[in-house]
Amino acid sequence: MKFIKTISLKTVGCGECQACKTSCTVGNQCENK
Amino acid sequence: MAVGERIHKYLLNDKYIVLDVNSGAVHIVDEIVYDILDYYKKNSLDEIVELFNAKYDKNNIVQAYKEISKLEEEELLYSKETNVENIRYNKDNVVKALCLHVAHDCNLRCKYCFASQGDFKGDRSLMRLNVGKRALEFLIENSGNRKNLEVDFFGGEPLMNFDVVKELVYYGRELEKKNNNKKHFRFTITTNGVLLDDEKIDFINEHMDNVVLSLDGRKDINDNMRKTVSGKGSYDTIINNFKNFVNKRGDKDYYIRGTFTSYNLDFSKDILHFYDEGFKKISIEPVVASLDMDYVLKEEHIDTILDEYEKFSKDYIEIKKKDKDFLFFHFMIDLKQGPCLAKRSIGCGAGSEYMAVTPQGELYPCHQFVGNKKFKMGDVFTGVNNSQIREQFKKANVFTKEECSTCWAKFYCSGGCHANAYNVNGDFMKPYKTGCEMEKKRLECAISILANLEE
Repeated sequence: MKFIKTISLKTVGCGECQACKTSCTVGNQCENK
Repeated sequence: MAVGERIHKYLLNDKYIVLDVNSGAVHIVDEIVYDILDYYKKNSLDEIVELFNAKYDKNNIVQAYKEISKLEEEELLYSKETNVENIRYNKDNVVKALCLHVAHDCNLRCKYCFASQGDFKGDRSLMRLNVGKRALEFLIENSGNRKNLEVDFFGGEPLMNFDVVKELVYYGRELEKKNNNKKHFRFTITTNGVLLDDEKIDFINEHMDNVVLSLDGRKDINDNMRKTVSGKGSYDTIINNFKNFVNKRGDKDYYIRGTFTSYNLDFSKDILHFYDEGFKKISIEPVVASLDMDYVLKEEHIDTILDEYEKFSKDYIEIKKKDKDFLFFHFMIDLKQGPCLAKRSIGCGAGSEYMAVTPQGELYPCHQFVGNKKFKMGDVFTGVNNSQIREQFKKANVFTKEECSTCWAKFYCSGGCHANAYNVNGDFMKPYKTGCEMEKKRLECAISILANLEE
């Protein structure tokens, strides 16, 4: 690829995964390696 | 199911970024690709060459077009919605995390406290040991085949009931042994630091996987909102306790966590203040409050807040290049090994996998709903007896929340905070719009930071 660099779901949960207390987000969270 | 935009593209911190919503793929692209994407779906290659031949070399246009087509074939661009009918969330009603309110009492009187300065609109009270022990037993009994269980000591101020905290940690370790270590408790605690002495620090550092230290940043900002019982500012009482704690913490997790309000829309200065004072792991959250409060964040503040996040993302990149240990909670994102689609669809699991326990042992969907009797789910002695509430929360996800289903950020924000939605809109299925705008900006910043640090 000359013009595109990929730096990174279709994982379909085991329930084993885990500061905010108000702004919940899972973007920064998988234990199932 | 509504079909939203399949890609999201933006320019930030000198990077052209394209996010494929349904696969989660993130691409850094050249300007030529960024431009072509506006026409790729509705124009032929010949038309696109015609459109851009004054700006780009024809061979490059053809090459860029082919690269986009290749990613589309690989389902990393314009990928279709995943069929989620097979995702049966928590069908066995497993509980894996509890927020233990060991103290409905507090030694501070923070103006914005959702817990009504610690008492959660009720009488001040401390959790008795037998209630806490029963909560841990309830968690094990309802945890199904989950190994990793989480218990957060919360309040009010949990250090006001620290003997019970210690006994519960020891009891948790006993229960692990009794269950042949097929269960593991991950203990965490949130504290305002007033009572944080050496003895407590040593215990916490030995037993707590994560610690949240509450402080708002610069002294004048903190002291305007976080007052002692006698009405004085709390900064000077606390800051050295937190520094002492962090010095002894080693490489274990902690966050110093503040709240920003309309009084510090320049909150990046508070983050940098923490960093200058020696704290590396930092979180600053927007206040959520009713519109009649002088410190509430209003529509008119949003542009300033979004600009502040962008401005701070530039500072963050520069600091991060020199100090890899520097972390801002909302700029952390894992593009390599993030959670599965199910977890991303559901979020925190409040009211289903995650519940809060009051000092009397009552169960609520999470700490933010405690005190609202409408949301009481049962208690740790007799279990969940309001299954209607549980079913409502189980059905709340990014596919069933109408506004989330078409949003490009849905697999990162997971539908936002139910409590914020309920407190603002009276319905936890209707996301808190202002929160959405901030979350999307934080996400754009987080990805642009990774893109810059990647190269």
